[in-house]
Amino acid sequence: MQLLSYTEDHHRFRARLRKFLAEEVTPHVDQWEKEHIIPRAVWQKMGRAGFICPALPKEYGGGGGDFLHAVIVIEEIARTNHSGLATPLHSDIVVPYLESYATEELKRKYLPGCACGDIITAVAMTEPNAGSDLASMQTTAEEDGGEIVLNGSKTFITNGINCDLVVVAAKDPRAAEAHQALSLYLVEAGTPGFSRGRRLEKMGYHSQDTAELFFNNCRIPKSNRLGAAGTGFYMLMEKLQQERLVVAVMAVAAAEGILEQAMRYCRETMGPKGPLNRSQALAFALVEMSTEVKIGRTFLDKLIVEHMAGSRIIVETSMAKYWTSEMAKRIADRALDLFSQAGALEKTPIVRTFRDVRVMSIFAGTNEIMKGIIAKMKIN
Amino acid sequence: MELTRSQKEIQKAAQEFAKGEFDKEVTVELEQSRSYPAELLQKAAELGFVGLQFAEEYGGGGLGLVDACLVAEALCRKDSTMGSAVVLAAFGAECLHRFGDKKMKEQYLEQVTAGKMLAGIALGESDRGDDFTVLDTTATRSDNEWIINGKKRYVTNGGAAGFYLVLCRTEAKHAENSGVALILVEPDRPGITVADLGDKLALNSVALADITFADVRVPLTNLVGKEGQGLAQARAFLDEVKILAAARAVGIAAGAFDRALAYVKQREQFERKLAQFQITRHKIADMATKIELARLITYRAAADFDKGKADPTLSAMAKMTAARMAVEVADEAIQLFGGYGYMTEQEVERYYRDAKTIELCLGTRESQKDRIADLVIGKLK
Ligand SMILES: Cc1cc2nc3c(=O)[nH]c(=O)nc-3n(C[C@H](O)[C@H](O)[C@H](O)COP(=O)(O)OP(=O)(O)OC[C@H]3O[C@@H](n4cnc5c(N)ncnc54)[C@H](O)[C@@H]3O)c2cc1C
Repeated sequence: MQLLSYTEDHHRFRARLRKFLAEEVTPHVDQWEKEHIIPRAVWQKMGRAGFICPALPKEYGGGGGDFLHAVIVIEEIARTNHSGLATPLHSDIVVPYLESYATEELKRKYLPGCACGDIITAVAMTEPNAGSDLASMQTTAEEDGGEIVLNGSKTFITNGINCDLVVVAAKDPRAAEAHQALSLYLVEAGTPGFSRGRRLEKMGYHSQDTAELFFNNCRIPKSNRLGAAGTGFYMLMEKLQQERLVVAVMAVAAAEGILEQAMRYCRETMGPKGPLNRSQALAFALVEMSTEVKIGRTFLDKLIVEHMAGSRIIVETSMAKYWTSEMAKRIADRALDLFSQAGALEKTPIVRTFRDVRVMSIFAGTNEIMKGIIAKMKIN
Repeated sequence: MELTRSQKEIQKAAQEFAKGEFDKEVTVELEQSRSYPAELLQKAAELGFVGLQFAEEYGGGGLGLVDACLVAEALCRKDSTMGSAVVLAAFGAECLHRFGDKKMKEQYLEQVTAGKMLAGIALGESDRGDDFTVLDTTATRSDNEWIINGKKRYVTNGGAAGFYLVLCRTEAKHAENSGVALILVEPDRPGITVADLGDKLALNSVALADITFADVRVPLTNLVGKEGQGLAQARAFLDEVKILAAARAVGIAAGAFDRALAYVKQREQFERKLAQFQITRHKIADMATKIELARLITYRAAADFDKGKADPTLSAMAKMTAARMAVEVADEAIQLFGGYGYMTEQEVERYYRDAKTIELCLGTRESQKDRIADLVIGKLK
């Protein structure tokens, strides 16, 4: 039974996207991995072809589609065997903050650019000393006349080098209540006092420009605050359900890709006693991997349906984020074993996936934080 | 198991050497430029850390595998990659030491133990490191020469080694693989083509290559050990180096653990040290336990080997257990570091990759289990 109701339009969208990625992305991936960045022109081509912000309403330049279009983009990007082209973070995590909380004026100003690939966004919450514990964040936002003055530093920011517009989380030091001090602000690249730090060297996600960001007396108009003052935590909580679901889609898509390649390798490669998949141990390993991937897929699809129906599924999406990211890691690890020494060569595509999936249990809230949330809501 | 005084001294010397000479920035540079740490090897050799288990007459330490394991562990603990590179400098020399004749040993082992030459051994012909069912490389006798033809895969130090011990068929294919021999081939012989395997998951400073031999001629005297014994020698070699690989894995795990432990005692979130969360504490407990278990089996295997009671079952068990444990411990270390763990700067991600390559080489988990099962179950009636 197919849980997700893909329409003809979705299928056509997937086919067009797959063709686009095969022509415009896949041939360049190795080079981008070496250069540790994706050229902006790719975003522009992809946006103009209608693959960025596919779920954003048409009046803002988006595709007017639904979350399934977003799912398709994540899955198809996973097939290109790299993780640097972070349009899903932009389309499905950052832009929704603007769509839901920016003033109409700001939406008209930024959203069409976000959809056509001219504006690349980022979200900056994490700081060197505040990762899991966002409440301890030290970046400040103080009102001064009609302006807000930002001071502080952020780290591990996806699209940090390429971004044109950043959603920044910062605290008002004058607020009485800690939880009501946090607000989200829009900062344009080029604003005096805003600068980018190092592009960080990582285990994987090599084509992804993860970087530090600095705010030093960075002045922005007061109207660049999203929503009412002090509602930052509320907005984060509202949007984290989709963020976690997006990571789960990434994880399941990665695991499916790895499994497909491991199956093919074991069918096509001769071992001591015929093709490798004739080895009972390797066949059972593939069976176990397939079972895990299937369980992950089934759970995920159910959550996608519920999410699209507007249900609040914080507990389930937290479960999915932690379980599918661990699962993807297990599948990657096990698949390398099946490839034996070929699993140690970068020319074996799943080696990159092995390096890339490792981060999934860390970002978008670590898996320990997910378990803490579930414990709080479900157990305690 | 109690270490002797001299073993404790060697361990301490290796720790001090690693502390003084290893530098993570240099490691990252060498990894990126894929250059072997030649100077480091030279220094390690001067202090006697290369070929500890080789006889003194060939520049070795005249010591045992336990000593070699202690050094491997200490070096990898301080830097998983440089430690591995130094240990792997002699990869294959172990086999020459056991089965080569005096002349060969004088000519090659002395240079290896002096850190002036890398060793090479070319056994497998498939992706699986310890599978010799595919063995198509032939050595044909012609007057006073062997003529070698075939392709060997995944040769460590391939293209950089001063000699290769090549596993060849000297007779037509037998069911028992009896007509197999190890033959020493000098790298400058005409007919040798080295194809580097490119970027790797880890250990990029150590070369890895496929080597093709096309009518390569070497003197008959280049036979290592006995004709017909090639396979047994190769297996004995693997049984020995699996223990060394296990020691590297123990070191890698311990190094990742050291770093994670220091971090959780210092990093604060939610106004508490990470080491104050029960989950973190239990992770640390699990990691410490796993390392201790793997260490025990590894040194037990090495000690038996030194007593002349080398046990292939124990070698396979040690390699399998220690490599798995190292992957799991390094993985957990990354997690404990959070986002920092994914960054090159914190090293643990490199430890994780290095650990995984140990699991993939010298036979995977499945290969080790095949071997253990063969030995434990024996022949069925
Ligand atoms: C490639 C990459 C991209 C990223 N992109 C972005 C981005 O675009 N924007 C952004 O804002 N951030 C981003 N991040 C940051 C990411 O969200 C953080 O790394 C993550 O939230 C963890 O924070 P931390 O790194 O400070 O780890 P810490 O919070 O210091 O955690 C360290 C360890 O302690 C554990 N821990 C913490 N608290 C507890 C507890 N109470 N109980 C038990 N265990 C605990 C954690 O689970 C973890 O294992 C990115 C990170 C990476 C690696």
